Amino acid sequence: MRVIYILWQRQLKRYFRSRSRIVGAIGQPLLFLLALGYGLGSVYREAGQGDYLRFLVPGIMVQTVLFSAMFFGAMIIFDRQFGFLKETMVAPVSRFKIMIGGALGGATTAVMQGSLVFFISLLLGFRPLHWIMTLMALVFMSLLALAIAAFSSAIGSFVQDMQGFQAINQFLVFPLYFLSGALYPLTHVPTWLRIIAEVNPISYTVDSLRWAMNGTSRFTIAHDLIAMGITLVVMLIFATVRFRYIEA
Amino acid sequence: MIEVEHLTKHYGKVKAVEDISFNVAEGELFALLGPNGAGKSTTIKMLTTLLKPTSGKLILNGHDVAKDPDSVRSSFGIVFQDPSLDTDLTAAENMKLHAVMYDVPKGEVNPRIEELLRLVGLWDRRNSMVKTFSGGMKRRLEIARGLLHHPKVLFLDEPTLGLDTQTRNLLWQYIDSLSKDKHMTILFTTHYLEEAETNANRIAIIDHGKLLRIGSSAELTAETKTTSLEEAYLALTGRTIRDEEVDPHESWRAIRRARNMR
Repeated sequence: MRVIYILWQRQLKRYFRSRSRIVGAIGQPLLFLLALGYGLGSVYREAGQGDYLRFLVPGIMVQTVLFSAMFFGAMIIFDRQFGFLKETMVAPVSRFKIMIGGALGGATTAVMQGSLVFFISLLLGFRPLHWIMTLMALVFMSLLALAIAAFSSAIGSFVQDMQGFQAINQFLVFPLYFLSGALYPLTHVPTWLRIIAEVNPISYTVDSLRWAMNGTSRFTIAHDLIAMGITLVVMLIFATVRFRYIEA
Repeated sequence: MIEVEHLTKHYGKVKAVEDISFNVAEGELFALLGPNGAGKSTTIKMLTTLLKPTSGKLILNGHDVAKDPDSVRSSFGIVFQDPSLDTDLTAAENMKLHAVMYDVPKGEVNPRIEELLRLVGLWDRRNSMVKTFSGGMKRRLEIARGLLHHPKVLFLDEPTLGLDTQTRNLLWQYIDSLSKDKHMTILFTTHYLEEAETNANRIAIIDHGKLLRIGSSAELTAETKTTSLEEAYLALTGRTIRDEEVDPHESWRAIRRARNMR
């Protein structure tokens, strides 16, 4: 446990010391909130769907958690390039502990980033339906954050450079995000898009956050939790297996 | 303490290490010499569980490296050829992290960190970020860190590279005392032959992945009918310059080092 704790703490220390990372990771969601929230808000209202900002905020929080958690995989690549990975690889510590300690740290920072976006959206005029229910959002964000941090550590364990890592971000994570219903409702979309959204694990976190903050949900919350739980377990297994073959 | 039997490592057609065998006794200070690309670092990587041999057997502190990597990992300390510190943490935090990973008893962590940081002259800078350190300071910190868990065997891959004469002398004094007083088994590589000549009990010279000669400095010079270790070394390995095969990370690190020096 000491090992997991200190590796978790390392991620947090590095996060709090890197102001550029905190600001940088907030910049993109803020742009989305402003450009999309204000840009599409009137169209959305005219289409009879109500307040777009209210619809959008949970989606943007998921975006922030998603890409912040993916950043943990990039940290492994940096650790390899700067040589620190070797130090952990020769230590008498199981690969699983190294992975889970770091992934928990990466997930924690991702949830903090997501929460930060929540507070920014309050400044932009967003109000959740129930404040107490909103606390549930922390649980849902944590489930996604840990699953994605585990996934990204698996990617970081075999992708050798940042270019390769970015390619996976661009061709896998971005599409999954755009097809998750984070930015638009899935009620009137073509069937193929709906099917993709239904097998896409990110859709369920988006849905669960809307349930917690807006009181609306497309799937049921039980459905969301089961999907998120399965995703988390699969990702942890994937990462554990991949990490056995990691080379420094 | 270290037993190497018929160790071989092939990368495709490239024979990085070819049928090397040697033993290092407990408390011995053992030097591994050879030109760039001779297979020194590859041998150390295999001994330290970072690389799997193509064939051959490695025993370290009584544990089989292939079968029992975790027992092996707690038996040795290593100072790598290139940096392996977290530069966004402080010197003390790097030490602490290492102590926890190697399961140093809680009550001993802080006293040991203080003792070692004082020894390498970094105690006053313990709360500075490692990224503000010079190359020599980072090196000293890595050495202090490698000793933190009181390893039975210490691997030093070109430990004095880029250090000034004062620091090198101080460091060798300490390494010597570790070997003599604490009976630590130490295997090191270096390109400064005088370091091997003055400090090592025995020296192995390898080239093109093969073990050429093994013995004390006096034995090697006598066998080659030369007058110094350097002459013996050159008589065995020739005078041509070698290209070193590097993996992409190594070259990336080299670029970073060059940038940092500017």
